[in-house]
Amino acid sequence: MLTDEAGRGANQAPEPANSVKNPRRTGGDLVQLLTPSGERISHPEFDLWISDVSDEQLCSLYEDMVVIRRIDAEATALQRQGELALWPPMLGQEATQIGSGRALRSDDFVFPTYRDNGVAYCRGVAVPDLVRAWRGNALFGWDPYRYNIATQQIMIGSQSLHATGYAMGIQDDGADSVAVAYFGDGATSEGDVSEAMVFAASFQAPVVFICQNNHWAISEPVLVQSHVQLADRASGFGIPSMRVDGNDVLAVLSATRIALDRARKGGGPTFIEALTYRMGPHTTADDPTRYRDPNELEDWAAKDPIARLKALLDRKALLTGELEARVKAKADAVAAELRSGTINMPEPAPLDVFKHVYSEENSWIERQKDHYTRYLQSFSGSAQEGAL
Amino acid sequence: MSQLTFARAINAGLRKALDNDPKVVLMGEDIGKLGGVFRVTDGLQKDFGTHRVVDTPLAESGIIGTAVGLAYRGYRPVCEIQFDGFIYPAFDQIVSQVAKMHYRTQGTVKMPITIRVPFGGGIGSPEHHSESPEAYFTHTSGLRVVSVSNPQDAYTMIQQAIASDDPVLYFEPKRRYHDKGEVDEAAALDRALPMGSARVAAGGSDVTLVAYGPLVKTALDAALAASDEGVSIEVIDLRSLSPIDYRTVEASVRKTGRLVITHEAAQSGGLGAEIAASLTERCFNYLEAAPVRVTGFDVPYPYSKLEMHHLPDLDRILDGVDRALGRPNSLSGLEG
Repeated sequence: MLTDEAGRGANQAPEPANSVKNPRRTGGDLVQLLTPSGERISHPEFDLWISDVSDEQLCSLYEDMVVIRRIDAEATALQRQGELALWPPMLGQEATQIGSGRALRSDDFVFPTYRDNGVAYCRGVAVPDLVRAWRGNALFGWDPYRYNIATQQIMIGSQSLHATGYAMGIQDDGADSVAVAYFGDGATSEGDVSEAMVFAASFQAPVVFICQNNHWAISEPVLVQSHVQLADRASGFGIPSMRVDGNDVLAVLSATRIALDRARKGGGPTFIEALTYRMGPHTTADDPTRYRDPNELEDWAAKDPIARLKALLDRKALLTGELEARVKAKADAVAAELRSGTINMPEPAPLDVFKHVYSEENSWIERQKDHYTRYLQSFSGSAQEGAL
Repeated sequence: MSQLTFARAINAGLRKALDNDPKVVLMGEDIGKLGGVFRVTDGLQKDFGTHRVVDTPLAESGIIGTAVGLAYRGYRPVCEIQFDGFIYPAFDQIVSQVAKMHYRTQGTVKMPITIRVPFGGGIGSPEHHSESPEAYFTHTSGLRVVSVSNPQDAYTMIQQAIASDDPVLYFEPKRRYHDKGEVDEAAALDRALPMGSARVAAGGSDVTLVAYGPLVKTALDAALAASDEGVSIEVIDLRSLSPIDYRTVEASVRKTGRLVITHEAAQSGGLGAEIAASLTERCFNYLEAAPVRVTGFDVPYPYSKLEMHHLPDLDRILDGVDRALGRPNSLSGLEG
């Protein structure tokens, strides 16, 4: 795994002359280290941050992306079969989520959106927990402190402020961990994202903003949100930014390491725009054929993040039958775990509706709970009684 | 015991909280060097540093949103919203994040955030500086809402609010900031009246008059005036607006049989409606008359030369008391 308690990945890289030393890099050309055909392009700055990535780790990144694509497919199938109410697919965004997710340390803290299931997978969240909320069995699936990843935010952009505040707390604690906010292109129009950048810059908070520009906010193309590159917005806040090919797992990994390293060393926030594409619908309830040109989908299919890493592995003669079998077995196992975990998920009890509204006793809630308990008990002898 | 103004009493309470718990952090606009536009945080940045008393950018959603992140990290942020009418940019973070996080995470993430809001009118301010937005927040589950009426409660309840693991909206009656009162700074917090309890501010037997925040003083003045006419008013200072301590109110109404509620906020959909409905449900058979509301009108907060018409005062409250008692009043002869 690239995630490394000692921060080995990033820290073992030689100190690059033109990254941390030149932290004001803003926007600029799209950084790509791996072409759609799997050709590895060298880059004077970004290469330094992935020079430690071994063949074995390349295979591991490939496995991760295949697995989360499989999670996505399985969850979509579960929705179609009526086992989930809804699912927001991440299809096409695997490189952004794995490349960034695998750059993090376990004591970094992630503030994700509802679509960042690949990032949650990197944090070690049990796969059935990814769908708990989408099945309606909870508002949210896991204990944020167990994996250091917060609730998957549904309100667009709100979590960017939470990450910034968390980073201010890290700063006050004198720690060298980093808070990471994920959001999409649509979120950059929300006031909260602007306010987060104001606060982050003002306090030089150790926070990384990872903007997955997947080109669509439900039906609205990114041009509705912005007439400049999203990465260029950061400079107005005094925040250095990078614009990377989000379908290139190596470019995303490198950019995230640069940003994390800067934050750990007291260099403040960074904004990363990862240019990717939402290949699927916004959610399983959406119909992109109403607003999207199918040719665009074809263009992006040719830039697929998994296909290009697979092509690189092939070029390097790493794509063995043994590897493919291993990856398939892992994906099959994870999909089976997701399916059985979903179908066998325990149902909530009726009175759970009153649980955890407050951490302290509350007379209004207690009274309503008491009355509803009596109401349910009035159906004496029915199955309800036992369910209390 | 010491004589403190309302503002100094809150200041003393904040100081004590900062002293007692290194995780307490104050955030807001102009709260540092200036000490707040009402000087409530005067001197605190000097004594506790810029990391614990933080002058924030001018962005209310940003203040509350970053407080959520700090709470995630284990801090206990105390946010100042400079004026009542400035809270709306933060409404989304308060209602969608602060209020719901504990429920959303099944109790794993606590939001011990205190949001201080100077509220109410009576000081001749321009627009957006005199509002009473408390009902928006009492209608939001997951929040606790309190309003203080005197320096002692201000001192005690700010500490209770900060110590609470639940988020608390703490409404400060800005027109009372300069009122003085006895404050026992040595009193132990755990022996104080719980934050969720109402208090009988003046005993009486003919009418129950429910008030909170700035109007408690007006209600007490009204009770004094009524006693001259032989009418005995029991004044209840709600203190907690969510949840409301209905036991205390109910015990009073069972005794008096008559209920008047007063607040500065607009009438329709306000707390008075909620209290009237709840008391009607709880002790209808004890009521001798319909509950009466004496409140601000259903108008935007007016320009300052009209505010004395909008704000309930002693005479309007006594007129309401007369209605509850069936005595001649301004609406005599009108149905309902």
